[in-house]
Amino acid sequence: MVVLAVVAIIAQRWIPTALAMLAVVVLAYFLAGIRAKTLWLQLRPMLLMSTFIAVLHALSSNWRLAVVVPATILTLVLLAALVTLTTRTTDLVDVIVRLTKPLKRFGVEPERVGLTLLLGIRCVPLLSGIAGQVREAQLARCGIFDVRAFAVPLIVAAIREADAIGEALVARGFDD
Amino acid sequence: MTHLPTTTPDATAQPSAIPIIIDHVGHIFDVGTPRAHQVLTDITLKLDERRVGIIGHNGSGKSTLIRMLDGLIQPTSGHISVAGHDTVRDAKIVRRHTGFIFTEPDHQIIMPTVREDVAFSLRRSGLDKATIATKVDAMLVRFGLTDSAEKPAHLLSGGQKQLLALAAVLINAPTLLLADEPTTLLDIRNAQMFSDLICELPQTIIMSTHQLALLRDFERVVVFHCGQVVADGSPAEAKAHYLHLMETTSE
Repeated sequence: MVVLAVVAIIAQRWIPTALAMLAVVVLAYFLAGIRAKTLWLQLRPMLLMSTFIAVLHALSSNWRLAVVVPATILTLVLLAALVTLTTRTTDLVDVIVRLTKPLKRFGVEPERVGLTLLLGIRCVPLLSGIAGQVREAQLARCGIFDVRAFAVPLIVAAIREADAIGEALVARGFDD
Repeated sequence: MTHLPTTTPDATAQPSAIPIIIDHVGHIFDVGTPRAHQVLTDITLKLDERRVGIIGHNGSGKSTLIRMLDGLIQPTSGHISVAGHDTVRDAKIVRRHTGFIFTEPDHQIIMPTVREDVAFSLRRSGLDKATIATKVDAMLVRFGLTDSAEKPAHLLSGGQKQLLALAAVLINAPTLLLADEPTTLLDIRNAQMFSDLICELPQTIIMSTHQLALLRDFERVVVFHCGQVVADGSPAEAKAHYLHLMETTSE
């Protein structure tokens, strides 16, 4: 994956190679047995931003950048998603713990680094769940979407949840 | 000092209760600040039953006390000992032998999939991967979670999430199980099922709840009101006192 990412960054110099790299990554999805729907779910959130970047480059610089920049971004995002789709979180954390072991002599605790990564991953569904609840509550109460009225309860709820998860982690024996 | 015995979850013989001594315990939240408020006042209890229930209104101090038994909250006055271990000084020892079930299972489910979350509890056990996998598989079978093993944990139903939380706690073979309103978010059927399940466990259980029917087989029920113990006895006595309290305090 890392090699593919490095190749993708080098390949962004030319349109055919950048597009070829994108095709290689899409092929990697099919080789990994991932369904087209899952691939689409990874791509969909990126499409609006990619189109914006392409238009911006087409207007301000040239056609080459309008193709290679979004293609490279999509390639790298798809590669990152492929890692999480094909690797157990436990294995991912174990690799991080192993990689950070040499840093122990500088006071870094590998298990803590791994736990931090874990909690980061844990927070994704948690925050999206809170955001969904706040949005629903806001729509139910006033029927409109207001950024400030959305952000305040989101942050308050996120801090509360973080406290509760911290407490539960201590209860599960992760208390140092 | 009593040593915390190690039990296996499937032990058939009923082990003796883990003795708990709560000695003149009080707790003030935000002590020393203008927001300071007393949640527990001079609680003294000696618990040596295997099934103890705690009931009381919201804000009566149930959750604070149950967290204190695991050393998650420290008393601002008095002492608590669990099997002879002080919950402040020996908090880690107490927690090593205690399982805690929270009201909201999402708080204690850390890993993305069911199997990984149960295995997470053994991450610091020093066991090799094969032994951990065997233990996890056995636990998943025991709680009927095998079919959901690879599913995202946060997509499980409320009842299944609480089962997962229990499985992840029991895999460490605790001798004491603390449960803070574990059935509040469950429907009536799941609440009864969950309660029956934990009542069959060999562990000593201290459970707070608002669902009085779940405590009918408990040996002792303590009623809290405004941070104090106002009744302490059999489930029937405690329930009668609590219902009377509800009538008198609502007037």
